[in-house]
Amino acid sequence: MIGPGRRKSSFALPVVSAAVSACVAVFTLACGTSYFEIPIETPIQPKLDVSAFQRVLVAGFVAGGTEDVDANQETVRLLRSQLRTKSALKVIDADILPLVDVAQEQSGGAPAPAAEEARPAAPAAADHAAAPAAGGNTANSLAKNIKDEKDLEPYERLFANVAYWKRIGEEFQNPLIVTGTVLFTGRSTSGFVQRDQETFDQYGRRRVIPTRTYMERKGFVLRPKFVFIDGRTGTTMYSEAYREEVLYNAQQQTPALSSYFELMDRLVPSFLSALSSQKIRGTRVLLK
Amino acid sequence: MNARLALIIPSVALLSAVPAFADARSDARAQVEFGINVAQRGLWREAIYRWERAVELDPTYAAAFNDLAIAYEHEGMLDKARKAYDKAIELDPNNPQVRQNYDLFKEINDRSGSKEK
Repeated sequence: MIGPGRRKSSFALPVVSAAVSACVAVFTLACGTSYFEIPIETPIQPKLDVSAFQRVLVAGFVAGGTEDVDANQETVRLLRSQLRTKSALKVIDADILPLVDVAQEQSGGAPAPAAEEARPAAPAAADHAAAPAAGGNTANSLAKNIKDEKDLEPYERLFANVAYWKRIGEEFQNPLIVTGTVLFTGRSTSGFVQRDQETFDQYGRRRVIPTRTYMERKGFVLRPKFVFIDGRTGTTMYSEAYREEVLYNAQQQTPALSSYFELMDRLVPSFLSALSSQKIRGTRVLLK
Repeated sequence: MNARLALIIPSVALLSAVPAFADARSDARAQVEFGINVAQRGLWREAIYRWERAVELDPTYAAAFNDLAIAYEHEGMLDKARKAYDKAIELDPNNPQVRQNYDLFKEINDRSGSKEK
């Protein structure tokens, strides 16, 4: 019994091992794991055709949220400087429009002193009747101190006021107009956070272990909406809204302005990609 | 005897199939390797030609589709890149590197608003 059994296995073993080797060879051939990291630059075509414009006016923003940052001023300054270096359009240096006051005025509220002095005050007043939703009692619905999205919502009608924007366009020789809303608010949260903890074993090998810890965190949320208006007609060509958030350890003291710039930094490429072709740098893995 | 036959027949079939399979795959692999070589030197058009040849030779070669997708992405041919990534994932759904490439691509593609070159 044992003899034939042995003979059988002594025959089968080389055949089986040959078959296994062949399988391994095929598998290795098929699933070779060689890979190479390679830097790439992806060209992104602009979302908007701005070939009809030589100039761009970043007019101003309806801004709200924390009072630590003047989101209107900072957003205009940042976008103008980005457009100067990263687009072919000539950036118009003009006074920043106090759009909250302009909107208040258009909706029939008592004009704020700042709006009276500002250059757009005249067109705003002249276009009062043209404001689509401007009514006698709508002034009350426009909160002067914008704290959240609900407060911001009634201001949207300002961007639909074609006559107002056409007038602004005429004033600056029909540029592309960039405007919109910016809400920059503080945020506090607490809960479990997953963090990677680095450990080294006895051979010095690095390991990263995800651990869950309870943390109180605070930070900021930035919600900008960019509206692109054709200065020749006053109509909206395109608009896009974003939301970015940053949270820090509750003990960490981070100035609101630096958080604002940190968040805007993430959004600027998306903003620019609406106007000009961009090259997005990244890394990919080529496989053999 | 039956046991011997049961071992011999599949083994012979497997071993005889290997060269034919390996030929197509090794030709495709040679194209892929050449493509990687030229892509690393910035010759992306040539790399595209090589990787397109590779997927013609072996339409089951997930790595070739992955590489082709990257090259299309680099050339701004985002629609073609998406199709090539889809094919690579279909062929090798558990490959983390293909997934990672695809996720990074999707981020850019979403940002671009699907404008095509």
